[in-house]
Amino acid sequence: MSTTAETLQNNTQLDAWLDQKLDELLPKKLADIDAQRTPSMSIIATKGTLDWAYPPFILASTASALGWDVDVFFTFYGLLLLKKDIDAEVSPLGNPAMPMKMPFGPKWFQDFAWPMPNLIMAGIPGFEKVATGLMKKTFKNKGVASVEELRSLCLEADVKMVACQMTVDVFGFDPGEFIPEVTDFVGATSFLPVAQKSDVCLFI
Amino acid sequence: MTAIAQKLDARGLNCPLPILRTRKAINQMESGELVEVTATDPGSIKDMQAFCKQTGNRLVSSSEADNSFVFLIEKA
Repeated sequence: MSTTAETLQNNTQLDAWLDQKLDELLPKKLADIDAQRTPSMSIIATKGTLDWAYPPFILASTASALGWDVDVFFTFYGLLLLKKDIDAEVSPLGNPAMPMKMPFGPKWFQDFAWPMPNLIMAGIPGFEKVATGLMKKTFKNKGVASVEELRSLCLEADVKMVACQMTVDVFGFDPGEFIPEVTDFVGATSFLPVAQKSDVCLFI
Repeated sequence: MTAIAQKLDARGLNCPLPILRTRKAINQMESGELVEVTATDPGSIKDMQAFCKQTGNRLVSSSEADNSFVFLIEKA
């Protein structure tokens, strides 16, 4: 029968042995667990202009290509990106950093940044249509996918798209206007727990 | 050497299309098969490395010829 002193010594030895074993095994175990899990990303898409339509769809489609689980929560003007026909435009108004370049003509002409004051660009009637046309042409020339194309690639790759119920109500959207893949109309309360568990969370 | 199962022409396409098309091609392949991707997007060099590292597929080779980049990827 062992004495108290012997038991204590045994416990200390056991603790030391356990510590050493854990140090040996834990890093590999944790790395294994990390390698097994699927990374995830949550995006909150809040903008509906042509320029800002790109980032959520580019990131979502790329993440899905990397094998990540992706959730996108569309709210406010981002809801426009869920409409069957995306008629997103870009406005030079309040967009002073937008480069003004022509997507046609000789190279020197294309490289020329038009020094047009924002107020004038924004004030000319029809300028938004022109700016939108120029931006679409520029993207096409550079081999960038259209927003519609990126969105369908996202849907093909099972990117989950949900709409914010509150802003759907506030702006008077009819759920029938949206692509049929949007089946969930939820609030912040439903989205935040998803965002909490994701590795990457972006507000766009 | 294993024959190339798929050839993907991603020339003229810009980020993220070369990666998305590559993913699509790989999804239709069997493990161990090779896909050859040709791209002109200069960003695709780093992107393909990152893509392969993240997805576990093997980037067998990465080369440059005639102003385009050629990647050989083996499906994991």
